Amino acid sequence: MSEEPILSVKGVSKSFGGLKALMDVSFDVQRGEVFGIIGPNGSGKTTIINCITGFIKTQTGHVYFKGKEITGWKPHKIADAGIARTFQIMRPYYSLPAYKNLIIPLWSPRARKTGGWRGGGKHGDRDTVAVDILEEIGFERDSRVPYKLSSTLPTGYQKRLELARCMALRPEIIFCDEVFSGLSMSEIAGMLPLIEKMRDEGITLIMVEHRLRELFRVATKVMALNFGEKITEGEPSFVIEDKRVREAYLGAEGV
Amino acid sequence: MEQMRKERIDRGLKVRTEGLYAISSYREILYLMGPRLLLIVGVLALPFIFELAPYWKRVINIMFVYALLALSFDFLANYVGLVCLGGAFLTGVGGYFSAIYNVYLGFPFYLAIPCATISGAVLCTLCLLPCLPLRGVYFAIVTLMYPLLFTRIIEALDIFGGTNGITGVDGFPNQYVEHYIIILVVIGFLFGMRRFVNQDIGLVLRGVKDNDQSVKASGIDITRMKVLAVFVASLIGCFGGAYMAHLYMWAGISLFALDFSIIPIASVVIGGGGTLVGAVIGSFILVPLSEILRAFGTFRIVIYCVILTGFIVFKSEGLMIYMQRKYHQFERWVKV
Amino acid sequence: MQLLVYGIINSITLSLISLGFALVYSISRVPNFAHGALYILSGYLVWIFLNKFAGFPYPLAIIAAIGLTAVVGALIYRFILIRIRGMEISEIIATYAIGLAILEGLRWGGLRGGTFTLPTFVGGSINFLDVSVDYQRLIIVGVGILTFILLYIFTRFTKIGLALRGIAQDERAAMMLGINSDMTAIVSLAIGSALAGFAAVLLLPLGNIVVEAGYNVLIFAIAVCVIGGLGSWGGTIIASFIIGFAQLLTEAFISTHYQMVVALLAIIITLLVKPSGIFGKQKELEERV
Repeated sequence: MSEEPILSVKGVSKSFGGLKALMDVSFDVQRGEVFGIIGPNGSGKTTIINCITGFIKTQTGHVYFKGKEITGWKPHKIADAGIARTFQIMRPYYSLPAYKNLIIPLWSPRARKTGGWRGGGKHGDRDTVAVDILEEIGFERDSRVPYKLSSTLPTGYQKRLELARCMALRPEIIFCDEVFSGLSMSEIAGMLPLIEKMRDEGITLIMVEHRLRELFRVATKVMALNFGEKITEGEPSFVIEDKRVREAYLGAEGV
Repeated sequence: MEQMRKERIDRGLKVRTEGLYAISSYREILYLMGPRLLLIVGVLALPFIFELAPYWKRVINIMFVYALLALSFDFLANYVGLVCLGGAFLTGVGGYFSAIYNVYLGFPFYLAIPCATISGAVLCTLCLLPCLPLRGVYFAIVTLMYPLLFTRIIEALDIFGGTNGITGVDGFPNQYVEHYIIILVVIGFLFGMRRFVNQDIGLVLRGVKDNDQSVKASGIDITRMKVLAVFVASLIGCFGGAYMAHLYMWAGISLFALDFSIIPIASVVIGGGGTLVGAVIGSFILVPLSEILRAFGTFRIVIYCVILTGFIVFKSEGLMIYMQRKYHQFERWVKV
Repeated sequence: MQLLVYGIINSITLSLISLGFALVYSISRVPNFAHGALYILSGYLVWIFLNKFAGFPYPLAIIAAIGLTAVVGALIYRFILIRIRGMEISEIIATYAIGLAILEGLRWGGLRGGTFTLPTFVGGSINFLDVSVDYQRLIIVGVGILTFILLYIFTRFTKIGLALRGIAQDERAAMMLGINSDMTAIVSLAIGSALAGFAAVLLLPLGNIVVEAGYNVLIFAIAVCVIGGLGSWGGTIIASFIIGFAQLLTEAFISTHYQMVVALLAIIITLLVKPSGIFGKQKELEERV
């Protein structure tokens, strides 16, 4: 692949006090890929997302987005550039109804630039656009679900709401921090097509996952981390055969 | 033993008035408009009602000033998540600015008050700027310190009349101007703020309170949003201060007094946080109460604090939400 | 030379004042805005014991006052804060209201004017490195340092102390290990209040017991804690040295009125430059938005 990577991470390190959370991690993500990041608990998966999206300052290393350095940018600026992320611990804006949750990303400078989802109403009519996005992501428009207080939604819908919040920004990259965890099998089955659809629409997805089976169904490339170090990277089938990955992670689960 | 549970059911009328059916008959319209009209008309009629008791007419003005401060506190605390322990800072800055414009620069009061409101709000926002990118208790800490700090500076430098304050500020031409300026401003801000917090931009601010990380991840600079919110809140507070400077025809360090910090907080907690109307109603209860208790001096603050703590601990929803519930729903005990 | 000696004394004074606040915040995450009030309350209690009960021995009065303050602190948590735990806005408002209630209540109850003084422990003064220092201040330094050491030993080597540290570092994990979070919070408030009382007993003989001092104590305690990093004890002590000397320098070269200005400026500079304070730890994600 001679094409320039959409996201390039070079030698990122981060330590909290004495604990080295990330050590010299580098990887490239090509446009349109579904890039999986796996690793046992505490291996630095969420930390690397936080570093790339600016929520934590990296100590060393550089992050390039479309060839431009974004290291040390403020989170909102990175999101504005086109990198959206979900949070592992979902906390919707609980005092607002579900569809009003999307008003916030739709109000952001980026959504105004990109005109919201599917070029819908540019000004004022954010409610309609919000409900459109929610329908897209699997909320039934005519049911009461989109209008309920978001704090009362079940986990599956809250995860979808997180994704919808990202979609509203029309990003080029979405970081999904464990979107499958805590969901039942049927809910995951409902989520997978969404992921595939986003991929088909040309959005680059970077997924941090514990649910390997589901991840490997959609991922085109996988990177494995352990104790903050990159162990290996490659096709899912290649990574899963890797001995160190099995030792670090899969061995414990006895796959 | 039988266990009982309280069940709450929406009144039929409430359900009927949701959506388009609200305008289907006068009863529905009355149901929706009634409380609002009662408030507006009642508030507008207050000066006439109190023709009967001239002593209390002064109290009306102060009551509305506190209502403004309470609105500002309620907005910041319950819609943006910033606890402002220094309402006195806003009134002090607003009051001094207005007095300076009026006495030193010779602006008439109708020019001095708006100018003071805006420049005061700018100053307050600038002063609070450093703690806005942070979350947690920093905002409370810094706002707690500013009124004390400004008092010390004015005393130490002996500027703006030092401890005597600026005297000779213009008063209002007559009583009714005095009353209606503040009443109309309170009504305006009350309904204006209610609209504001339900507008898209207001929703963003509420998002900052609920989950600031996620707002950031949505590509919005939350520091800027907080600056905006603090500016709006300071506008309200500084107007109150500027008005008071003209009401008393004097601006002194007592504009930084503790009362302006604690009574609004107590009003909001009593009236019901997050309702905005509750803040106003709370101050309608507390300020006359404090007038009655005038003989007790500083012990009044103790009383507010006790009421305040009691409400926070035992009735944290506040009166307004309680009344709303009674208005919209009926309750009954059912067996579990 | 005088500057150095008094700077050290002033710094230790400040750290005595602020340790209680830092301790409560780091363990129970409650910003105790009633700290200054507890400080004054304790001083006033000693005064009452000494003046209203004839023949009450001074040491006993001190112990009783500190004990009572600790009980007040524990009661505040047990009956008020426990119900609003975790609701940050309510916590701030409630502690602030309690503090105001105590202070203004004392003022109303007659704590006005300059008539309220406590006797010094030992009168007189000595020349120490050519600087005249009275014994009370020397006692403050000695006892202050002793307090730091005892606190250090307490938190490292006793069971309760370790439990407190556990809760401070990770509340959930500590709770899973069977540490009662509410109990430790009560203990922390009691100890924090006792420290406030202790500081009061040591420091108040140097001046009058006035209500305004309560506000000042609160503000300086908060300033020191913010600069040292909220919840960091080591930072608190170092920050109190910074503020202590800064204050003395302003007092010596500008004017006493600017002490408060120095404190606030220090807070603002800290917030601008390094919001987590000098010793702020891994709270990056939590505190910086």
